Amino acid sequence: MTLRKAFVLLILLLFLVTCGPKKEQGFYDDPGKPAYGDTMITASIGEASCLIPILASDSASHEIAGYVYNGLVKLDKNLNIVGDLAESWDISKDNLTFTFHLKKGVKWHDGKPFTAHDVMYTYKVIIDPKTPTPYSSDFREVKEAKVIDDYTFQVTYNKPFAPSLISWGTSMLPKHLLEGKDITKSSLIRKPVGTGPYVFKEWISGDRVVLIANDTHFEGKPFIARHVIKVIPDSATMFLELKNNAIDSMSLTPLQFTKQTNYPAFKREFNRFQYLSFTYVYFGYNLKHQFFKDKRVRQAISHAINKQEIIDGILLGQGIEATGPYKPDMWVYNKNVKKYEYSKEKALVLLKEAGFEKGPDGMLSKDGKPLEFTILVNQGNDVRIRCAELIQQRFKDIGISVKIRVVEWASFINEFIDKRNFEAVILGWTISSSDPDIYDVWHSSKQGSKELNFMSFENKEVDELLVKARHTFDKNERKRYYDRIQEILAEEQPYTFLFIPYANLAIHKRFKGIEPAPAGISYNIFTWYVPEEQRRYKSNVAISP
Amino acid sequence: MLRYLLKRLILMIPMLLGITLISFAVIHLAPGEPDVVGAEMNPKVTKQMREQIRSLYGLDKPLYTQYYMWLKRFVKLDFGTSFTPDRRPVIDKIKERLPITISINFLSMILIFFIGIPIGVYCARYKDSIMDKAFTTFVFAGYAMPYFWLALLLMMFFGVYLELLPISGLKSFNYDELSAVGKILDMLKHLILPVCVSAFGGLAGISRYMKNGLLEVLRQEYITTAYAKGLPESMVLKKHALRNALLPVITILGFSVPGLIGGSVIFETIFAIPGMGQLFYMSVMSRDYPTIMGILVIGAFLTLLGNLLADLFYAIADPRIRIG
Repeated sequence: MTLRKAFVLLILLLFLVTCGPKKEQGFYDDPGKPAYGDTMITASIGEASCLIPILASDSASHEIAGYVYNGLVKLDKNLNIVGDLAESWDISKDNLTFTFHLKKGVKWHDGKPFTAHDVMYTYKVIIDPKTPTPYSSDFREVKEAKVIDDYTFQVTYNKPFAPSLISWGTSMLPKHLLEGKDITKSSLIRKPVGTGPYVFKEWISGDRVVLIANDTHFEGKPFIARHVIKVIPDSATMFLELKNNAIDSMSLTPLQFTKQTNYPAFKREFNRFQYLSFTYVYFGYNLKHQFFKDKRVRQAISHAINKQEIIDGILLGQGIEATGPYKPDMWVYNKNVKKYEYSKEKALVLLKEAGFEKGPDGMLSKDGKPLEFTILVNQGNDVRIRCAELIQQRFKDIGISVKIRVVEWASFINEFIDKRNFEAVILGWTISSSDPDIYDVWHSSKQGSKELNFMSFENKEVDELLVKARHTFDKNERKRYYDRIQEILAEEQPYTFLFIPYANLAIHKRFKGIEPAPAGISYNIFTWYVPEEQRRYKSNVAISP
Repeated sequence: MLRYLLKRLILMIPMLLGITLISFAVIHLAPGEPDVVGAEMNPKVTKQMREQIRSLYGLDKPLYTQYYMWLKRFVKLDFGTSFTPDRRPVIDKIKERLPITISINFLSMILIFFIGIPIGVYCARYKDSIMDKAFTTFVFAGYAMPYFWLALLLMMFFGVYLELLPISGLKSFNYDELSAVGKILDMLKHLILPVCVSAFGGLAGISRYMKNGLLEVLRQEYITTAYAKGLPESMVLKKHALRNALLPVITILGFSVPGLIGGSVIFETIFAIPGMGQLFYMSVMSRDYPTIMGILVIGAFLTLLGNLLADLFYAIADPRIRIG
């Protein structure tokens, strides 16, 4: 009996502690004035593994490192390269030597000045064979690196290489804390020290990372005083936490965006943003396969796939049709390429040209061999599995019989892709925001095991253009090369490019100054602000270091 | 007694070795490589760099050499360093998460025993009554219900609609700013849902054991004798029947020892609790071999120990099977 009383008491107590005032309609609509303060709480599915970014390959680590560190250069909202720690840079006439002029007066979070020696250290540690970094390839092309004075750093390359400039956007590491020590055992892995707009405060394993605004940041102190990145491994839980206002921002699935957040109470508290993500999904062929060797078969399949249906049915309209390996708001995108509208008739004509005849059962075959194959998809990616199902249906309509096989990711790569043991796949690529170079995926030399041209695409002209383009610095000239590459890819259809999904993001309405751009949304996160009267986390207790 | 104990302890050694050998073989049989070797399908990672990283972690050596190296460290009770880029000692990673998992499992076990045993007793005493059937339905519903679903429903109800309980995690965002009492209350609030949900699923087992055990005891002749003596019913139940019926519970207790450190993956993921289940799951997904081995070995050891303890306590509690 006493137990029951205690329980009732406990429940009543909980009622009392959890009462909170409700905001009225329109409270957050006033743009207000920029003010310093408040906290932004975001969530991440996975926990960061290591806060020295050159050692980490997971996105959670790189996201946090992005707040704490700076590179020499960075991308602006339109994906142009601009200076970050570098005030400016000169490129020699032969395009081989870069001279970076560093900003003066930049300080590490521990107060020591940032100089060209730190850049030199970062370069040396990246190319050190004892450093387990997956990111050294760009830096191995450097012939010579030297410190000219404290604020001038010069590198010379063996050959001109356009993507090398943005590779200096890599996070600069503090020499005075790391030199002479084993970087893999450094305390900076869990307590990073950078030059960035936020200073690392604490990392509670499995729970959260807390960052506080850097008062002495060279681009000015960020308005939002504190940034907390929580680990919430389940996306359903994360969504509940968002609805509960316990986190301030989250990327939404198409279903969450179109249906589950489309009600007034949610819209009163959150703004929803949408921009094209840096990914595309494609239907790829094994070009060594007897049927897929023929360009006409691939073109026919591109006509037979209803991309709009996939976007409407699976992405709930949250995407656009892809025509090539870039997204339309990038400078390198070529909009005048051949397009393949959904047309059964055109598909059938092309297949007939390629020698396929309809049998009495309505299925296509050539020389007695039926046109049938298997689409391979990886487990856990629902969108791709459902794409395969829609495509299967469309193929059946014109007499192609297709099976779908779903395989776990590690064996998908090791047993099927690496061994070329597939006929067709549905996969996606990340589009590089920093440089349009796509040599690794499309050059014919990249067909080895674990290399990325696994569909065995070979085209002499594309090979030449890819090499020329990566050795050219002039943007207009480069664009001409990439335009031509896109035309060839559209004609050849080594992939059927399916779609580019939108990234959907909900951010709490009190955060102002957010403008989606080709670079995404977080490029100007350090100028977002909360007007004073709309501030939620007023306490400063945890902010003082 | 001491000799028996010693014998059992020595027998555990080859058993443990066998377990490590099989575990080691199995986790290396799974396709894929540790994540540190470089993200799959990443254009920035060249083949040469992969080889280099592989050799830095000793992954280029034949499997038996790797096992031998692992074993050599293990006999010195060194579980090695994790294959995640932070290179922390495995033991630190486990130490950091163990208390959380143990306390949640412990609390839910207490809850299970405190609710499950009375339910079992009640059901045995009033067998086939409506309440017996209702309780049976209730505990089996808990057993059968997918608890990630139940957890989400409860989170939605108590968290989003009533705004009564926090949804996930262990501490509030402003935990550091709370008073000492506030801190305890905050932790308690966070623990209510996870502990209740995990206890709900365990009620069926214990209450069934209890009911059947008690029913069997109630059929014994000495119970009839006790009734015949004219003892009040509560006395018969408490003093004569319950004590004997509780014996199998000791075995269950022993078996729950390894369960104390093994967190459930789904459960910890949903509630965002940084416990052992999550650590194990993430290690498996990133093929972090040293951490996987560390957790498996500790689990195996505790299972063996739990069995031993169950046997010992049984002997102490029940004179009939005392060993010489």
